[in-house]
Amino acid sequence: MKLSAKHATLIVLVALVALAPLVFPSNFYYRVGALIFVNSIAVIGVVILTGYAGQVSLGQAGFAGIGGYACALAPAHLGVPPALSVVLGAVISGLLAFLVGRPILRLKGYYLGVATLGFGILVSMVLNNERELTRGPDGIEVADLGLRGLLKDVGLDLSNGQFWYFFCGLCMIVGAWLALNIHNSPTGRSLRALHDSEVAAGTVGIDVARVKLQAFVISAVYASVSGSLLALQNKFITPDVAGFMHSIEMVTMAVLGGANSVLGAIFGAAILTLLPQVLTVFADYEQMVLGLIMIVVMIFLPRGLLPSIARKLRRTGE
Amino acid sequence: MSELLQFLFSGITVGAVYALVALGFTIIYNASDVVNFAQGEFVMLGGMITFVAYTAGVPLPLAALLAIVVTAAVGVAMNKLAIEPARGAPVVSLIIITIGASIFIRGVAQIVFGKQIHTFPAFSGDEPIRVLGATILPQSLWVIGGAVAVFIGLWIFFTRTLTGSAVLATSNNRLAAQLVGINTKFIMTLSFALSAGIGALAGVLVTPITLTSYDVGLALALKGFAAAMLGGMGNPKGALVGGLLLGLLEALTAGYLSSQYKDAAAFIVILAVLFFMPQGLFGRKSTDRV
Amino acid sequence: MSAKREKGESLFAVEGLGIQFGGLKAVDNVSFAVKPGEIVSVIGPNGAGKTTLFNMISGVYHPGYGRVSLNGEDVTGLAPNRLAQRGMSRTFQNLQIFQSMSVLENAISGYHLQERGPVLSDLLGLPSSRRRAETAKAEAFEQLRRVGLADAADREAGSLSYGALKRLEIARALGLKPKILLLDEPAAGCNAVETEEIDHLIAEVAGSGVAILLVEHDMKMVMRISNHIVVLDHGEKIAEGDPASVSRNPAVIAAYLGAEAA
Repeated sequence: MKLSAKHATLIVLVALVALAPLVFPSNFYYRVGALIFVNSIAVIGVVILTGYAGQVSLGQAGFAGIGGYACALAPAHLGVPPALSVVLGAVISGLLAFLVGRPILRLKGYYLGVATLGFGILVSMVLNNERELTRGPDGIEVADLGLRGLLKDVGLDLSNGQFWYFFCGLCMIVGAWLALNIHNSPTGRSLRALHDSEVAAGTVGIDVARVKLQAFVISAVYASVSGSLLALQNKFITPDVAGFMHSIEMVTMAVLGGANSVLGAIFGAAILTLLPQVLTVFADYEQMVLGLIMIVVMIFLPRGLLPSIARKLRRTGE
Repeated sequence: MSELLQFLFSGITVGAVYALVALGFTIIYNASDVVNFAQGEFVMLGGMITFVAYTAGVPLPLAALLAIVVTAAVGVAMNKLAIEPARGAPVVSLIIITIGASIFIRGVAQIVFGKQIHTFPAFSGDEPIRVLGATILPQSLWVIGGAVAVFIGLWIFFTRTLTGSAVLATSNNRLAAQLVGINTKFIMTLSFALSAGIGALAGVLVTPITLTSYDVGLALALKGFAAAMLGGMGNPKGALVGGLLLGLLEALTAGYLSSQYKDAAAFIVILAVLFFMPQGLFGRKSTDRV
Repeated sequence: MSAKREKGESLFAVEGLGIQFGGLKAVDNVSFAVKPGEIVSVIGPNGAGKTTLFNMISGVYHPGYGRVSLNGEDVTGLAPNRLAQRGMSRTFQNLQIFQSMSVLENAISGYHLQERGPVLSDLLGLPSSRRRAETAKAEAFEQLRRVGLADAADREAGSLSYGALKRLEIARALGLKPKILLLDEPAAGCNAVETEEIDHLIAEVAGSGVAILLVEHDMKMVMRISNHIVVLDHGEKIAEGDPASVSRNPAVIAAYLGAEAA
């Protein structure tokens, strides 16, 4: 039986999440894994927006910030349980994306990039400045999700690291599944048509503005969930989550791995998440290395690492 | 009244810096259709290198000159190593490349210069000058004067010299310029050198007022870009006007509204321009050819 | 000189259409009509305004003045996707193929209006979403067979020859089940064999009742397949009629020779 690309990818991901712990040298790697999965979720959103639909956004982290601070503030100020706060954050992000997206997505190329950049920075500015609410640059504590306790009550006792590893892994797989569903669907085809020729897309009846907005809202929700999971996991969040560098990291992860594939996104997220871990000795060099990677990859491997490797393998096989 | 004047003075000073950054954007954009997000780093390098040379004992004017020359060289290197190899790449790629270059330069600066704030003495002293009830620093006059000198100098260069005309021709139509024998590669190199040098000059002039550190480049780049867009991307006159307007807007926001959100002024300007007047004050509307 | 066309019996009509770019009147007061199953060609020397006319009709440019009507409804200045909903589709002179998709996916995208559905249904991969996609895929495959590209269905669109891509664009445009099909230089850049294939395809499509509006430079092809020809020069209509009368029209000859002599 021939496996569709979608099913193959999902099987690979499930296997990866389930089996990777077998090779972990220490429990610390559960945390690293969880972080990779959290980043992957945001990057899959970037893949849908930039990889599929071809729209550049340099402000995705703004939505991550909203998702993260929703989990920090809603339980404390509104009495909303943390799990529901994730949904609340996603709803707010989606709505904001809808409102901001309408005018912003009329722009193209550099202008769209800078407009989204401006949006992201405005969000991070608000998070930094409104100290009464957000405690400012020092960050704020986040309440416990409570799910691990629940699982313990029904007999499943996981360490904190293990719980978050598998929970984030599960969320990532769901996110990947949704993105893969979209890819081959009518909606996905309209997104991908936008990427190649907006003019031709209009000619076959695609409502270009509406489809761009759909992609923008969907990717905002992905970023928001990613931010929420980060906040819940660390039980702490700072305005950096909404910062410019975080937006750039997301885009770089997508581009590094191969901006138009879910697997590539996860690959890119893995590499760039592991890098600072590997370079902890050289933490100061992180920016320099990040910048260099961005330049080198875009010049020599513009399609990203995964597609380029796949091409090489296909060629040697021929 | 004197309070308003004070804000105007600081607005024009910072606006002059933004104008120079915007001018740098404009020159490179005209030569290559690339928006160089690393523009702000050139300003940072100008101030930083001057500081390093000065503390090493080099007399201030020479240190400044050295900083400008070295930064110009960095600009040329950036063009050769990062921009030229990516000729014809899609916009997403170019955005990532120039952002990557700016992050790279910032990362190197962090290692070489450290994370502390640095400065060097003002050129003609720190004694504020009293004007109509407000004060203005002598260094501010240097900044404003420097910016005016650069704009005039560039205007003469573009309109009165052969090389300048060649640059204009290349920005107008690259292929046609090549066909009439203009060495467009050299023009590109020149544009990056000019752009970086101007940015460095801005950094040299303004550091005694604003101080400098390895990460000042990002905010400057974004504000310079906002100014360039406000004036009309690719229009040097627009860069000057856009920069000054943005500087004034920022100072007035800081003075009358909220000093915390003064930086937001630039981003609101960007968004407003993009939505209501994407061609800027002096730019031309463009249409796609199908 | 110009054959009177009854507005009542035509599917598609352009009345007094024009646009100005700066001081230049790119198209000025052009009128003509197209009947179902009819092939109308717009010809003229370079710079006559043919592509501008096309772009105005197909919603890429907003007309300066004048009227475009389809099926009795005023469609002037409507966005391309709205025109698609009314039954107008087009191909492009400089090929706007979806390069990152396969040949089949390009054809399927022509069925967008038919296969589109709620985003949520597509996101969750619901059976209704899959059914819509399957139906479109089957019909798209038929369309590929019609244009002779069924064998290339799974290949990357970018790997096809130029002539094949021109046929792919037509296949995509037909997915809409259009009432009128605008073809922008369908034979441009094609060799003799490819031109003949396109020729047959166009005739076949017209034969199925679709009105065809054609912009083309290949005079032999135009004379061979057109039922009616409209001649533009410097943005204005200078002649109109069947191939035989247009080819003998002194104003037309002067426009082409004048362009060459200049």
